[in-house]
Amino acid sequence: MRGRWVLAGCLFWVLSAPSLGAIEAQAFPDETIKARYYDLIATLRCPQCLNTNLAGSDAMIAQNLRATVLRLLVEGKSDAEVEQFMFERYGDFILYEPRWTAKTWLLWLGPLGLALVGLSVWWSMGASSRKTRHGLSESDRANLKQLMDR
Amino acid sequence: MAKQSVLIPAFVFAGIVVLLWFGFQLSDPHLLPSQKLNDPVPDFELPSLTAVGETLNAADLTGEISLLNVWATWCPSCIAEHGELTRIFETTGLRIIGVNYNDDSDAARAWLKRWGDPYAFHIVDEDGTLAIDLGVYGAPETFVVDAGGIIRYRHVGVVTQKVFEETFAPLIQNLKDAS
Repeated sequence: MRGRWVLAGCLFWVLSAPSLGAIEAQAFPDETIKARYYDLIATLRCPQCLNTNLAGSDAMIAQNLRATVLRLLVEGKSDAEVEQFMFERYGDFILYEPRWTAKTWLLWLGPLGLALVGLSVWWSMGASSRKTRHGLSESDRANLKQLMDR
Repeated sequence: MAKQSVLIPAFVFAGIVVLLWFGFQLSDPHLLPSQKLNDPVPDFELPSLTAVGETLNAADLTGEISLLNVWATWCPSCIAEHGELTRIFETTGLRIIGVNYNDDSDAARAWLKRWGDPYAFHIVDEDGTLAIDLGVYGAPETFVVDAGGIIRYRHVGVVTQKVFEETFAPLIQNLKDAS
């Protein structure tokens, strides 16, 4: 019985190892660079994985890019310059917030457009139901008058 | 009015059909568009894998049309691709240049001894710096570089005979005709 618990413990330990993945020792020269590093790797997307940021990925390219982010920061590059560096190499894909370009405007304005369509449908449905509730059309009035006069 | 509102769901349905029709036909989302197309190969200064002690730079890639192939010993599909690269070299004489990516050089030399070496030379990119400058995010990847050292095409994944004959060969012929 005790052996079984030990085995279960070992299994738990082994199976939980992958979740420790992306934690690695980095030598940060100071706290600001450390904070900026963590911000950047959280907002840059891993090019190998479809929906994981650099911080969360174990892929080799993500490890290389994390090291690159740190190297650029240590070299004195600004956050915008690091993003530009990545954009020049990996394009819009690597930015979780794509830039405004001819290709991405639909992405940004699409939801707003859909909301406007929804609003206009809702408004026109409201308008038509108001009309039928409170008003009668000319032919309805004529019909009603005929019935009443009978 | 009543007739019109019946049509609304039909329009919405048609819209969704069109959206999904095109959505599912989009290329594989794993394939990133290349940012470096028609740019020169980024500059680098890296050691040679086989000529130990020598360094290579972007100028070594000029002079003739070449395939720049990113490979590694940890990449199983690179072994699958190796046979095709050998075939390409033997049948066309095209210059193939290797980028040994994020790899151990001793292991890489042993790999070449085992599988053969159709490459003109190999650039040792131990930290993946050249690969990052090229926008590489995995292996294998293959670039077609023209005689002026300009990147003309990029292929992500294994170069098969089909890929070579349908995509690479006509492109290379065009480059030859243009020069």
